[in-house]
Amino acid sequence: MTGRVVAVVPAFDEEGAIGAVVEEIHAFDPSIDVVVVDDGSTDTTPDVARAAGAAVVRLPFNLGIGAAVQTGFRYALEQGYDVAVRLDGDGQHDASELRKLLEPLGRDEADVVTGSRFRDTNDTYRPPLGRRLGITWFARLVSLLSRQQVTDTTSGFQALNRKAIVLFARDYPSDYPEVEATVLLLKHRLRLLEVPVRMREREHGSSSITFLSSIYYAIKVTLALLVAMARRSTVPSQEDPR
Amino acid sequence: MTPVRISIAAAIGAGLLLLIILELIRGRRLKERYALLWLVTGIALLVLALWRGGLNTIAGWLGVGTYPPAILFAAAIMFVIAVLLHYSTVLSRLTDDNVLLAQEVALLRARLDAVERTTVSSLDVEDDVTELQPTEGRAG
Repeated sequence: MTGRVVAVVPAFDEEGAIGAVVEEIHAFDPSIDVVVVDDGSTDTTPDVARAAGAAVVRLPFNLGIGAAVQTGFRYALEQGYDVAVRLDGDGQHDASELRKLLEPLGRDEADVVTGSRFRDTNDTYRPPLGRRLGITWFARLVSLLSRQQVTDTTSGFQALNRKAIVLFARDYPSDYPEVEATVLLLKHRLRLLEVPVRMREREHGSSSITFLSSIYYAIKVTLALLVAMARRSTVPSQEDPR
Repeated sequence: MTPVRISIAAAIGAGLLLLIILELIRGRRLKERYALLWLVTGIALLVLALWRGGLNTIAGWLGVGTYPPAILFAAAIMFVIAVLLHYSTVLSRLTDDNVLLAQEVALLRARLDAVERTTVSSLDVEDDVTELQPTEGRAG
């Protein structure tokens, strides 16, 4: 594998799942450091994570998923990691699938490798209708904008090399960030690769996205995408995050 | 021509506004960049109150014949929209700064925790605390 690897796990009130997530990553490869970014949890998430052997970065209040993930990337940059992988704190990403993400990075085939739920045709993952429509819409839109086939723009299961860590530490979108982040990557001419992975159903609670909010989300993110395309690029590729 | 009584009332109002603005600046409760904006606004209102033919004259320049005070409303609405737009940009910047600060605090705290853990495990805790106390004369 390529150098030091850190797993970035954003978590908000995930005391029921976070321990297993950390242990699973260590079970996959004990040399991977885990940093849990606690996004202002009101439960014992940080304690559980620390007890499971993760480093914990505690945000003083809830910043939302985008800023939490970015905090993890900034941690990776500061601590000099060569590779960062991102997994969700609710356990839907299977750490034993990490190999599929890390191998292409090791061979320098891409700067970012995303685990896609839709590359694998005999997968059983069936999101609810509203969500599925949204995912298809963004996959089409991003594929069109990037002239590259992208099937899963909402996957948060990713591995990044140093170049991508530097970019995301400086500039990362805020709400539902994955779609915009994909566009950001392609705008900065970073190489994106999708690999098929299996994902689990959520273990605790249900997804917070309902049908109506899917529509709102779709409109909002579409606008954000167009803005991201039109925006002046203010990110020089240097090492320090500001 | 504005009636005299309205002119006097408006002048008193504008004068009060100017006094409040000056007092806020004196007490440093208004940043210089906003102070200028509000001073100009206050002075403009005062001028319009005292220059009784002013509204008609300006309306004449702009070709507003039927109801000269309409230009006052138009100007006021445009001013309010401009100020709101400016506040939106300020809010956006403050939000970004706030996120950045929160991230920075979190990362620093994580580093401090890590440093404390290593020093505590390698040294006696109380020695360590005395070591970290700032000493007189060393800071110069």
